[in-house]
Amino acid sequence: MTDTTVLELVSPSALLKSEPVEMVVVPGTDGNFGVLPKHSPMISTIRPGVIDIYAGGKVSERIFVAGGVAEVNPERCTILAEEAVPVSDIKADEAQARLEAAEADLKAATTAHDKANAERAFDVARALIAALSN
Amino acid sequence: MASLKDLRSRIASVKSTKKITSAMKMVAASKLRRSQDAAEAARPYADRMGTMLGRLAAAVGGSQGAPKLLSGTGKEDVHLLVVFTSDRGLCGGFNASIIKATRIKVRALQAAGKTVKLICVGRKASDALKREFGDAIVARYIGVEGKKGIDFSAATDVADKILALYDAGEFDVCSIIYNKFVSAISQVVTTQQLVPFAVPETDGQEEATGSSAVYDYEPSEEAILADLLPRNVGVQIFGAMLESSASEHGARMSAMDNATRNAGDMIDRLSIQYNRSRQAQITNELIEIISGAEAL
Repeated sequence: MTDTTVLELVSPSALLKSEPVEMVVVPGTDGNFGVLPKHSPMISTIRPGVIDIYAGGKVSERIFVAGGVAEVNPERCTILAEEAVPVSDIKADEAQARLEAAEADLKAATTAHDKANAERAFDVARALIAALSN
Repeated sequence: MASLKDLRSRIASVKSTKKITSAMKMVAASKLRRSQDAAEAARPYADRMGTMLGRLAAAVGGSQGAPKLLSGTGKEDVHLLVVFTSDRGLCGGFNASIIKATRIKVRALQAAGKTVKLICVGRKASDALKREFGDAIVARYIGVEGKKGIDFSAATDVADKILALYDAGEFDVCSIIYNKFVSAISQVVTTQQLVPFAVPETDGQEEATGSSAVYDYEPSEEAILADLLPRNVGVQIFGAMLESSASEHGARMSAMDNATRNAGDMIDRLSIQYNRSRQAQITNELIEIISGAEAL
């Protein structure tokens, strides 16, 4: 039997996933990192992107997250994400609409705070579309 | 004495009130179940966020680079209170107890020479507080709980406002006041400090690999902390909203249960009175007939 690590994916409104996986690739802010069982402990922020869950050496599940934090220790990998959807559930036109809305917000933003928020939304929307295309 | 007709219409009106209150009780009970589930589902996120933050805060400690949300502004002059109430009434002492607690807190802070600002979540808070502390209210949020329950985006709206105020140096300390859900008949008014972040006590149950191991931080402790602390504000607000909503439905359920029972008692009392006066009237009529017959 292959070694597994527990992947926990938590959003503010629910515990979305808690199951043993062989490997998971997380889009960290400083680049993607793979988590295998017995990974050394670390905490990293996540950029908007796709979490790849591997089973039997192949990607078995792809989940889009709009940023968050990941905590890894030898037994488990906990991901706190504000928004998480399986890639297969993303609709191309919705993502496009979101991108356009974010772009409009970005143009309309006046204060630094609004601008930062709009920029974040824009990045999320762009990552969403990128997730669809590969 | 009320006539028989008056009594009859009284009874009818109390009966229809009873129907309404018992229907409201049913609705509150089903909403309570839903909001309780939501509050429970949200707990893992808040828990894990808390442990992670505790670990990070311990790692960064009191170093100079610590973000303002952790270390505070160094002053305690301006307090911001976020008050959570419901939009609608008829839920017993739910809103009254929150408002009373807020009033006491504001008075105490003002007596100590501090400036107080308020953010009201829910219509009842701003209605009750605007006369007394109208100038202190900086923002109000109404209609937080939509058809499908509470959305996380409602919490981020409030959190964004708080963070924007903090960045602008508008306050030094922020606390939230909300009803913590204990059971359907018991809610506890809770005050919790939000900013600066109060490091939670570490519970001794952490797995050995958890707290003792040395963590790698990517990009860096400070950067993660700077990212996590604002998120934590949103999570805490969201948690308070869920607790408050569960409490509201619980309070409404027990208030309506009481009202239904009282209406039942009242109907019983009125029916007895109705029957007695009806019998008294019959007796009277009989006496009149008999004494009339005897006089002949």
